[in-house]
Amino acid sequence: MSARNGKRTPGSLLTRPWEPLWQLFHRLRPARWSAYVRDHWIGKPLVTAVPMIWLVLFFMVPFIIVFGISFSQSILAIPPYESLWGWVDDKVLTLRLHLGNYNYLFTDTLYVSSYLYSVKVAAVSTLFCLLLGYPMAYGIARSPPTQRNIFLMLIILPFWTSFLLRVYAWIGLLKSNGVINNILMWLGLIDQPITMMQTDFAVYIGIVYSYLPFMILPLYSNLEKHDRTLLEAAADLGARPWKAFMRITLPLSMPGIVAGSLLVFIPAVGEYVIPSLLGRTDQLMIGRVLSDEFFENRDWPVASAVAIAMLVLLVVPIMVFQRYQNRELAHK
Amino acid sequence: MAETRTKTPEPWLDPHAQAYIRVENVTKRFGTFVAVNNVSLKVFKGEIFCLLGGSGCGKTTLLRVLAGFEQPSSGSVFIDGQDMAGIPPYERPVNMMFQSYALFPHMSVAGNVAFGLEQEKLKREEIDRRVEEILDIVKLGEYARRKPHQLSGGQRQRVALARSLVKRPKLLLLDEPLGALDRKLREHTQFELLGIQEKLGVTFVVVTHDQEEAMTLSSRVGVMNRGEIVQVGTPRQIYEFPASRFVADFIGSVNLFEGQLTEDEQDHVRVKCEELGTPVYVDHGMSAPPLALCWVAVRPEKIVLGRERPAATDNWTHGTIHDIAYMGDMTVFMVKLDSGRKVRVTQSNRTRKPEEQFVWDEDVYLSWDASSPVVGMG
Repeated sequence: MSARNGKRTPGSLLTRPWEPLWQLFHRLRPARWSAYVRDHWIGKPLVTAVPMIWLVLFFMVPFIIVFGISFSQSILAIPPYESLWGWVDDKVLTLRLHLGNYNYLFTDTLYVSSYLYSVKVAAVSTLFCLLLGYPMAYGIARSPPTQRNIFLMLIILPFWTSFLLRVYAWIGLLKSNGVINNILMWLGLIDQPITMMQTDFAVYIGIVYSYLPFMILPLYSNLEKHDRTLLEAAADLGARPWKAFMRITLPLSMPGIVAGSLLVFIPAVGEYVIPSLLGRTDQLMIGRVLSDEFFENRDWPVASAVAIAMLVLLVVPIMVFQRYQNRELAHK
Repeated sequence: MAETRTKTPEPWLDPHAQAYIRVENVTKRFGTFVAVNNVSLKVFKGEIFCLLGGSGCGKTTLLRVLAGFEQPSSGSVFIDGQDMAGIPPYERPVNMMFQSYALFPHMSVAGNVAFGLEQEKLKREEIDRRVEEILDIVKLGEYARRKPHQLSGGQRQRVALARSLVKRPKLLLLDEPLGALDRKLREHTQFELLGIQEKLGVTFVVVTHDQEEAMTLSSRVGVMNRGEIVQVGTPRQIYEFPASRFVADFIGSVNLFEGQLTEDEQDHVRVKCEELGTPVYVDHGMSAPPLALCWVAVRPEKIVLGRERPAATDNWTHGTIHDIAYMGDMTVFMVKLDSGRKVRVTQSNRTRKPEEQFVWDEDVYLSWDASSPVVGMG
């Protein structure tokens, strides 16, 4: 301290040769290192660089590659597509972009109908997840704090088992001589087994079952923060419980509803495993089409175009989500 | 300030007056904890009744019982002659202003205020008219379209007040209405509240821990301690005639002495206090067994400091000035008596003459009027 204030007598350079250096160091030393890091340029870029590098390496680069392939043409080679770059007369570097792959998506009805079907399945499943998940999330948020963790644990518990195994288990339940049909026949409620496998119904069951936790968790984290005196205030002003829920709780939980719905809707559109195992064979979802295009047809350019189109289809809901998030941030 | 309202009749002195709120032997338990213990209370129409007490004394619980958010464990509540047992909050003729204001964050100021009227299924024009009217009263007309988070604390408080008044309730419950405001704003809003109350003729029940707030606002105060109401009276009664040692000590500052009754006549009592040299003579009688132990309370502003030894045989004592706190309008002295006991004395600074000012370590005589001390048992 005293060296910094300059109060200490300099002494002689002979007895304390380090003194000038020591004083210089103290003059330059930031008062607190953490404050220095916060205030100067090294802090922020360092923190944001990590996710940025991650996103560039594992999202941007693959995306650009796939985007590039979608403008290419299928050939019999390894890799099975034509390079976009080429030399004309060994002198002129040319870039050849085929828009035909995208055009093809609209000429063959398979693609459009798969897209529409995927969106429909995802939308209906999201709705059912919301209808089931909202009361569950509400119930957990309203239960005593000691019980909440137990309920949340039970919601997350299925993740301990592989997703694939749990979908396979549904086959055992839903098939013609499966558990459900056998019980119903044994009870005498039906004479003939009900066909549940390879139907839309089975796909909805699979998706709703698998994605329900992704609806419940964001809803719970929203509902848990609600101020209960708001409901008391509503009751005090003459609102019956249902009215108070519709006017206060529901609008305030919109960010949770949006977050949960997108977390279900987005992966459900591109879902591959569930419709493949449980779903119809005459109507494919886009995820299955994409995979067939890659692995059965080995037509990478068309498969890439399908992937890009799917991404564009999903960007709209993601943007809605972002808008809600920004609005919520602006409130705080 | 309470004086202005004592001109209006005092219904609590009329044995035939009908109470607007009747609380009868209400007890509220949470598990084994007794929050409100056998409270009985009458509040009359047009009153501003303050429930005053420290934190955890049960005042908010009692208010929530009136609002219907809590059901009493035993006892009953009547509002306007109607038994409130089993009647949910949304069917009570009561509105509440919450301590946290509980404004709906997703609605504008006008939306918040209109909410209560929408529940009554009034016509839109009627709602808009009444919202505008009440927002003008609380001077928030220009802020109708703002959201609560865009308002200052004082403005939010007025939105909460407007929202609870717009339904024209017969009874308004206010939970620490001025708690979150700074001093200047508090005083201003207190008088605004009084003005609104007079204009609309609403009965107020106010919960507060701030005695100044209770004194300025209320027609009567109910002092609560450990779930019980220990005294009900006008602010003046509570301050000048505390019924118990707790009330005397809780309201304002006071010098409490232990003593023994030596004389107990019809028109006076005389108390011997070890800590004061001379006996305390009080000019009103009380009936107690002879030589009973009692307490004597003297308010700091009722003690007079002097340099001359008083001629009287009682109601004075001697000490030296131990500490002085100059407050501008008055000065607080801590005087150390010969017995070693410290006594608080306040003197208003009537003049600027230096010879009238007391200094540290000065010998002083303390005296008081025979009407000033309060004597009580237990």
